[in-house]
Amino acid sequence: MSNILEAQHVVKKYAGHTALNDVSIEVPQGSIFGLLGPNGAGKTSLIRIINQITAPDEGQIILAGEKLQPKHIEDIGYLPEERGLYKKMKVGEQLLYLAQLKGMNKAEALEKLKKWFIKFNIKDWWDKNVEDLSKGMQQKTQFIATIVHEPKLIILDEPFSGFDPINANLLKDEILELKERGTTIIFSTHRMESVEELCDHIALINKSQVVLHGAKKEVKNRFKDNSYTVEFTGNLTNTEGVFELLDTYPLEDGITKAHIRNINELPVNQLIGNLIQQVELKAFNENIPSFNDIFIKVVGGEANALL
Amino acid sequence: MSKHRAITMNKILLIIQREYLTRVRKKSFWIASIVVPFLIAGVYAIPLYFILNSNDTKTVEIVDESGMFKNRIKSDKDIVYQFINQPFAQAKKGLLKSDADILVNIPKDIISDPNGVKMVGKKSIGMGTQMDIQGAIQSELRNIKLEKANIDLKVLEDNKVSVNAETYTLQEDGKEQSSNSIGAMILAGVFGMILYISALLYGSQVMNGVIEEKSNRIIEVMISSVRPFQLMMGKIIGVGLVGITQFLLWGILTFTASTATTKLMSGKIEEKVQTMQKTGKSQEEITKFKKDFKEKNPLSGISQTVENISLAKLIFCFLMFYIGGYMIYSSLFAAIGSAVENASEAQQFMFPVTIPIILSFVLGQVIIQEPDSQLAFWASMFPLTSPIDMMVRLPFGVPNWQIALSLTLLILGFLGTTWLAGKVYRVGILMYGKKPSWKEISKWVFYKG
Repeated sequence: MSNILEAQHVVKKYAGHTALNDVSIEVPQGSIFGLLGPNGAGKTSLIRIINQITAPDEGQIILAGEKLQPKHIEDIGYLPEERGLYKKMKVGEQLLYLAQLKGMNKAEALEKLKKWFIKFNIKDWWDKNVEDLSKGMQQKTQFIATIVHEPKLIILDEPFSGFDPINANLLKDEILELKERGTTIIFSTHRMESVEELCDHIALINKSQVVLHGAKKEVKNRFKDNSYTVEFTGNLTNTEGVFELLDTYPLEDGITKAHIRNINELPVNQLIGNLIQQVELKAFNENIPSFNDIFIKVVGGEANALL
Repeated sequence: MSKHRAITMNKILLIIQREYLTRVRKKSFWIASIVVPFLIAGVYAIPLYFILNSNDTKTVEIVDESGMFKNRIKSDKDIVYQFINQPFAQAKKGLLKSDADILVNIPKDIISDPNGVKMVGKKSIGMGTQMDIQGAIQSELRNIKLEKANIDLKVLEDNKVSVNAETYTLQEDGKEQSSNSIGAMILAGVFGMILYISALLYGSQVMNGVIEEKSNRIIEVMISSVRPFQLMMGKIIGVGLVGITQFLLWGILTFTASTATTKLMSGKIEEKVQTMQKTGKSQEEITKFKKDFKEKNPLSGISQTVENISLAKLIFCFLMFYIGGYMIYSSLFAAIGSAVENASEAQQFMFPVTIPIILSFVLGQVIIQEPDSQLAFWASMFPLTSPIDMMVRLPFGVPNWQIALSLTLLILGFLGTTWLAGKVYRVGILMYGKKPSWKEISKWVFYKG
């Protein structure tokens, strides 16, 4: 899979602080890429550089194999975290304007917009002023503005913030549909459940640096600690040399739940073999770390180390 | 690359179009465009109206107790004097029933006590009429006194010489041209006023537009599609065109309204002249009335001045200095707008920018008096004051080389300020949450990318 976007050793300094320190990421074509990190880590600075709102002090951005240049503005759709529209402008007129600023001609923009208005069932909004729309309606309008020019790369900064569950679902479906059609989506968020659900690649930025980068599976594997959750009846006593019993708690009906660690990295079959000799096994699961765990471990760990 | 340049131009045009249309579509724009010319036409028509209508003749009855004034005070087109032989008290009672409007009592001892004159009117007596009657009595009283001192009035009359100088400006080709300084002053005042108001009005419209984009947070979407400088220039040009449209509408409507008024008035003048002829007024009086009317018509003086300078040159200079001055100030206002988050925060930064505007307007009033002074020259060269002050000087005649020099400096000035404003703007629009200081803003100029 080729990369649609590469950031290579990007450095951005503002008076007094470094916003991005040697940041390199690779975003595969057609993926949903999660750009994660706590507030103030440098996500927005990187997004602004990709959008050519600001320029990097060092390093470069490669988009679809070319060095980033003004013509690429039309290949990117951007939904900023702070949403905004011209309040006194009519919805249709405004979307037409924004689409044309992304390089579409008027007829083409009109045709595409009509499709979206039908799809979202909002035909009667065309002549409404933006200020008369509800917040949810404004967000739909802004989402259309982000994607109407059919960009190769869509950057969504905290896309779900402020959406009600129905609109959030609608948005999720749209994101998946865009991915089907081959669009790459960069997702900046600190809401891990949406990362879990949608992303296939991630980069975690903390304190201006990339601290974690790769495919979702691969990153998770890196954080696997060879531990398992088991449920059984009976007594689990002989653990020596095979696994370490981390903790146990009783469930209903004499069932015990326990966490164990496969200290010698035995094949899973062997591990299960050892278990069923001692207890009657009810459930057996490998512990795969959630992004929430990973995030806290990486970001919080550093915070702890600093303390 | 050239394809991309075409797209870039296209985008600036789109921005200009939006900025222009959203403003021109507003009701307030049309109200201002229509109301102002009618105000101007009104200001112009009112004095003319009064010249025409102040002429209803008043009849004044005089009870001359001194017996010296009969046949001396002559009726004129405004006032008909009638001497009556009744005691003042009786005449006063009869006034309401008589045709006369005003009753005047000249006391016996008028010579020794000139303040004893009494006037009674059916309605309240207007200031003008009062002055006329007083004047008539006063001048006759003076004559009587002179006669009493044995001074021949004829000799005195011969010694009255009136000097009436007409002013001319020497042209470069040696011809003399009559310069109508009243017309020039009016025109200078109008130019100064329009440029002063437009710098403040349209400048702050640009500023509010920038603040709106920033506080709406649409700015980030916008500058992911266009360069900040393009957005700023698009807005400045769009609002500037709104200004030009407004001037155009004002010009056309004022011209139409004034022409209509003049037409209406000249019809009335003809009527008036005809009635004057019928009532047996002398040709001299009629000519005087016509001349009087022409002098009090401000438009004739202005059109004289415009003819002297050439309309094309005036329009050219007006447009150039309007555009130049507007660009300088609106780019500074745009920079201020980008640095703040709401209009009230903008106040403190606006002050230093409005000072030169106000200063040029104040200087303009001095320059009207002395359009060729050193002060006038320098004020019409310095780019922050030249837009207003050169236009104030222009109706009085300015050498072409001075206009050219001033325009060159103005262009350099606005290139400088737009460059500076662009630097501030680009950083300012993305700054939220902290109130900037002048020191902070000046640092933004040197930020990279």
